[in-house]
Amino acid sequence: MGEAFLTMHHTIEVRRLSFAYPDGFQALRGVDLHVSPGEKVALVGPNGAGKSTLILHLNGILRGQGEVQVCGLPMEDENLGRIRASVGLVFQDPDDQLFSPSVREDVAFGPMYMGLTEDEVGRRVQRALTSVGMPESAARVPHHLSGGEKKRIAVATVLAMEPEILVLDEPTAGLDPRGRRGLIRLLAELPQTMLVSTHDLRMVQELFSRTVVLDQGQVVADGPTDGLMADAALLAAHGLEA
Amino acid sequence: MLASPLRMHIPDGFLTPAIAVIGWAIAVAIIVLALRQTRRQLDDRMVPMMGVLAAFIFAAQAINFPVAAGTSGHLIGASLAAIVMGPWAATLIMTAVLVVQGLLFQDGGLVVMGWNVVNMGVVAAFSGCLTYTLARRLAGESRVAILAASFAAGWISVVIASLAAAIELAASGTSPLTLAVAAMGSVHALIGIGEGIITAAAVGLLLVSRPELLKAGATAPGGRTATLVLVGLAVGLLVAAFSPLASPSPDGLEAVAESQNFLGLGQAAPYRILPDYTVPFIAHPALTTIAAVMLGTLVVFGGAVLVGRAATRRQASRG
Amino acid sequence: MHFDLADQYRPRPSFVHHLDPRVKVVVALAFILAAGLMPIGAWGGYAALLILALGASLTSGLGPIFALRRSYVALPFALVALPLVFTVPGEVVYHTPLTGWTITAQGLERFLSLMLRSWIAIQAAILLTAVTPFPDVLWALGTLRFPRLLVATIGFMYRYFFVLADEATRMLRARAARSGEVGGRRKTPALWQARVAGHMVGSLFLRALERSERVHAAMLARGYNGQMPNLAQRAMRRMDWLVILAALLLLVGLLAWARPF
Repeated sequence: MGEAFLTMHHTIEVRRLSFAYPDGFQALRGVDLHVSPGEKVALVGPNGAGKSTLILHLNGILRGQGEVQVCGLPMEDENLGRIRASVGLVFQDPDDQLFSPSVREDVAFGPMYMGLTEDEVGRRVQRALTSVGMPESAARVPHHLSGGEKKRIAVATVLAMEPEILVLDEPTAGLDPRGRRGLIRLLAELPQTMLVSTHDLRMVQELFSRTVVLDQGQVVADGPTDGLMADAALLAAHGLEA
Repeated sequence: MLASPLRMHIPDGFLTPAIAVIGWAIAVAIIVLALRQTRRQLDDRMVPMMGVLAAFIFAAQAINFPVAAGTSGHLIGASLAAIVMGPWAATLIMTAVLVVQGLLFQDGGLVVMGWNVVNMGVVAAFSGCLTYTLARRLAGESRVAILAASFAAGWISVVIASLAAAIELAASGTSPLTLAVAAMGSVHALIGIGEGIITAAAVGLLLVSRPELLKAGATAPGGRTATLVLVGLAVGLLVAAFSPLASPSPDGLEAVAESQNFLGLGQAAPYRILPDYTVPFIAHPALTTIAAVMLGTLVVFGGAVLVGRAATRRQASRG
Repeated sequence: MHFDLADQYRPRPSFVHHLDPRVKVVVALAFILAAGLMPIGAWGGYAALLILALGASLTSGLGPIFALRRSYVALPFALVALPLVFTVPGEVVYHTPLTGWTITAQGLERFLSLMLRSWIAIQAAILLTAVTPFPDVLWALGTLRFPRLLVATIGFMYRYFFVLADEATRMLRARAARSGEVGGRRKTPALWQARVAGHMVGSLFLRALERSERVHAAMLARGYNGQMPNLAQRAMRRMDWLVILAALLLLVGLLAWARPF
């Protein structure tokens, strides 16, 4: 797997992205973002800054004005299928993403939709469950899992598609300290290029060398995490607390 | 996505006011009964539960799946609600959905809402529940039996509800009976497959996640009254469907109408008994179509029971 | 995608907006009933009703074409009534080339009358929800002897629809996000897709049920005991009664005028 990540393929390119919701609210105002292969980037900002909106543009669920290119593919209808196979989006609420009667079926959805063979689907499911540290869970019922377990299975459902880029929306929200620690460890181990939206600045300092600050639909800071975290005025101005 | 994908919501103007009023009378009577039964069943949980589940039905109707060439299938949900909550609660839930759809999205008329409630609330919910209960009793306790019964309930509820709508439209002179029944019946025989599969899959998920919800009899009291209501409705609708066909000949009915000076008021009468047809072969196609639908219903029901029984027997012999 | 149920209501400082909700509900229903009672081919009557609707729209400050925008909803149902064009006997106007079906003038008249009356009725429904906030409509239904438990249930549905529709939307997005394609994939069968949709529906059902249990607990914590509080009282002003009377007289008059023809 290591070789594949050396190709200049998996990048996120966002140029002058603007988006207004149907009710008129301007959520993004000319956002520029470039993520290189292998980078691990944190996206922070107050609620309503547009973080989730931006994330939804990365696999074409929302389409705004400006340019979005993922893994070299421009965001157009005919590319959506391949883009969604390359970018794994993990949403904030695992209940939105786990809708099958068994963990195995949920994790298998992505590979099955892609039309892979039974055997390959089975292999991917097992690999994904092992990656998130729950190798024996295939037969369990998602409804009965704990919050932390659900979050990890949600990640597994995306890993099974073997995406080049992982994008996560508030992965540690709502987790108890043990669940949070488990998830942080998981994120540290995954090799994919990563963009994570979060309020958890301590996790940001632990895992991400680069941080992008979004506020009111615009990028107000983009640089090495240490530098940004040390800038008390910047943090205060944008409702962030380290 | 605001409008319901189900083409059974009859708009205003498609039913005569007299027929519409009859629909309201039936709907009101059943709603009053349903309120009483549900109150007994759920007590003070009733209002929040019915309300939120009505919101669920509305939201769930947006969950689609691709069928072919750009078309997609959806769920109506009356049978699912009936399987889990019982027919009376399901009637209330669907009524709430229909009132909001009619008032806010003009999906279904206001004056004709009585019949929409009867079709999609009462007929769909009761036929679905009855199918499910009967099929389960005959097919056994295995998981496959429950899923098969759910599929049958979904399919049958949709088809029968659509027939009811077709009969009401024909009785109002909006559509020739033959065509209405054939068109509604065949379209919904297809839509019903999707409903059946979705209902079965949803029940399947509930079975593993919260099996106590599906304990037979846990949430469905008033079974005898329910059966009475359903039988009464079925009889009423069949009478309505066959009465034009039961007359000795269309000419005979017209003659009667003329002698009573109906035709003079004819076009304007709100209660035209038999719309004129130029197609000569009226009676038989309608009869055969209805018979075909009844046959289809029996086939689906019988199939579900057989499949379920086989699975139960296999499970019993293994265990 | 935001389902905004409040979207239907258009606040305006108009005379119509200030009327008692009961007036608006009753007049709207009477209007729809009148449209249904209009005879076939009573073009004058239809025009008169349309003018009334237009008048109501203008008086409410909504502009002349407001209701027109959303009244296409009944269109698919037109197919149900289309056979009338062929089956009603009368003077033949046209023969279809391939099948030899006859289109009659009376058939056309019947069909058009039906479509027009339906369209006119929808105008009233659209206007009603545009000038009356939904909670007021519910309240009006309650005072008009709708069962209070049912009204309360519908109120809850209205309150939680947005929440559940959001959940459904997010589930659909999550599914879309995992619907990737790799070159040369075989098509996934509709049966499987339907099962997945069914699982999503079942999931949503569970969440709704459990949410309703939480809502119930919260209500109990605030003293709820299953009894519905009494409906707020509102007095009908003289103007309200006048409007109802005038509207009903007008509608009855229109019907009487249109009927004999």
